[in-house]
Amino acid sequence: MNTIVRLYHQMGSPRYFYRYAGYMIPWLAVSCAILMLAGIYQGLVVAPTDYQQGDSYRIMFIHVPSAWMSMFIYVVMAVCGAIALIWHMKLAEIFAISSAHIGASFTFLALVTGSIWGKPMWGTWWVWDARLTSELILLFLYLGVIALYNAIDDKRTAARATAILAIVGVVNIPIIHFSVKWWNTLHQGPTVSKFDAPSIDVRMLIPLLLMAVAFKLFYAVVVLMRARCELLERERNSQWVNELAGPE
Amino acid sequence: MNGESTGSAFVLLLRRDLILAFRRRAELMNPLLFFVLVTALFPLGIGADPELLKAVGTGIIWVAALLASLLSLESVFRSDFEDGTLEQFLLCAHPVSILVLAKVLAHWLVTGLPLLIVAPLLGVLLDLPGDSIKVLMLTLVLGTPVLSLIGSIGVALTVGLRRGGMILSLLVLPLYVPVLIFAANAVETAAAGLPITAHLSMLGGLLVLALSLSPLATAAALRVSLS
Amino acid sequence: MDTQFTDNSMLLEGAGLECIRDDRVLFSGLDFTLGSGQTLLLEGRNGSGKTSLLRILCGIRLPETGALTWCGKDITSLGPLYHEHIAYVGHRDGLKLDLSPVENLVMARGLGRPNPDTRPEDALRRVDLYGFEDIPVRNLSAGQQRRLALARLLVTRSQLWILDEPFTSLDVHGIELAEELFLEHVSMGGMLAMTSHHAVNLDSAHIHRINLSA
Repeated sequence: MNTIVRLYHQMGSPRYFYRYAGYMIPWLAVSCAILMLAGIYQGLVVAPTDYQQGDSYRIMFIHVPSAWMSMFIYVVMAVCGAIALIWHMKLAEIFAISSAHIGASFTFLALVTGSIWGKPMWGTWWVWDARLTSELILLFLYLGVIALYNAIDDKRTAARATAILAIVGVVNIPIIHFSVKWWNTLHQGPTVSKFDAPSIDVRMLIPLLLMAVAFKLFYAVVVLMRARCELLERERNSQWVNELAGPE
Repeated sequence: MNGESTGSAFVLLLRRDLILAFRRRAELMNPLLFFVLVTALFPLGIGADPELLKAVGTGIIWVAALLASLLSLESVFRSDFEDGTLEQFLLCAHPVSILVLAKVLAHWLVTGLPLLIVAPLLGVLLDLPGDSIKVLMLTLVLGTPVLSLIGSIGVALTVGLRRGGMILSLLVLPLYVPVLIFAANAVETAAAGLPITAHLSMLGGLLVLALSLSPLATAAALRVSLS
Repeated sequence: MDTQFTDNSMLLEGAGLECIRDDRVLFSGLDFTLGSGQTLLLEGRNGSGKTSLLRILCGIRLPETGALTWCGKDITSLGPLYHEHIAYVGHRDGLKLDLSPVENLVMARGLGRPNPDTRPEDALRRVDLYGFEDIPVRNLSAGQQRRLALARLLVTRSQLWILDEPFTSLDVHGIELAEELFLEHVSMGGMLAMTSHHAVNLDSAHIHRINLSA
């Protein structure tokens, strides 16, 4: 029991986190690279051509995992925010804001790849499909969190404010999704959404799952890197950071 | 007033805000004029074809109402923040969320209710049928309080910032989307002669949710902004 | 006319308080006790954290670490139960400029625990604003507004007065008036926590000084 308590305190301690995260990053990065290569290979070479959409559907292997990540990261951000608010953990604050930038990037990626996917099918770069519209609103929610954080000078206060915003956002996201989906079914354009994956062949499922896991590892690598940077900045006046920086 | 109860504090604050709004009544017109102006801009922008205007009319009015509500939101906490009365609310012997409710109610009475009164006029400008206008007003009654409640969270988060207004829009508009969708669609559906009970229940549900949860979020946000 | 604070067990204690602003530590490991009839005087350079400490005492600001207890209970868990014992006059007066003095005091009264012995009109007389009951606060001078802010302290039954530079904008007469109010409050068992650039004319036997620049 004592070791668990000690481990908990260590992990919450900025110094230890900085060091251990530094050890973990290379391992995670290598695993991520392997899985991503495997996923891309499976997706581009092994998976069969779809009889409806030809080869253009293959962008789904990036679009769908990106969309999943955009949702997943928002929830992680809200949870870290809640932890930061309740237990005043500095590390939770740092994780939350580090995740925000990454989540916004994945959302943007999902929008761009969705747009690319749609072009061959509809001839337009954008269509007000339920999923794309939801992703667009999600992007604005992320940008709101980032803008609020940057606008407040004291980083502790900024973290608490964005935590509240993230929690409010997380409560609203299901409502927004539902309302946008509803809106979309009412205003059906001439084409039905083809964003649902074509009838899933297992050879298509494998690359999808590989990419999903690879993206999660990618998130882990980048969030740890960002968190270490943010941590150095937040703790710039403390002794251990000055020791790290070494004699000038 | 000698009352010590939370209820009397609520009434006291509500009265105070209404009196303050009344003493600056020239400013009350601003959101209203904005509402009318924005609505009037659309025919200028998209052409005055009556069929087109009739088709998009309710959407236009609702977007204009949304923007007018956003414009007036900052006044909920800004002046209290600047003269120091806002921090007094946090030092109150009563729950902050009740005080927040009083302030939001006062804000809605002063800015949301007038929109309701002017909406029929706008309906006439866009040649909406009488029944549509009735449904429009019903959706405004249910929807504008939700806008005030959700908006108050954004205001509370940005009240301490120098250029809070720009960020406020970014924070609040995405959260307004469900209200817009259900309300605007309710009017269109009613115009087509179909029942709108589903829409009204959704709006009612949003209102109940906002009433119960948003004062808590706003109170928490105020504590953060004033620390 | 004012209520006696007969319960002498009221005690405010701070233990290990730490305050961080902009990622810099302003003070840490701060301990103090403040009992009935005592005054806590905060001294230090500008920017040393005096206002922050006062705001921590109010419960508006959270300390980085450490605990603040009122009669043995942590103030964060007490919430409004702690706030009904305190009154705060900060840098800003906490007055609505478009309301009259009486209206402002009625509001202040309603937010806290009303003092049954002091009506708003009586409080105005105490701070020498008799005759100004119905003039919008906007039309009062800075010194008069500051006195009105101090009048807020009189309309609620608050044991602990937390004051940030209370003598700002006051002329000589205003300062005398304010010191009278503070002396009276403390002599009846009340508590005072304040900062002041001014030398404060209070009984030095019951003053605890904390210097934040040290």
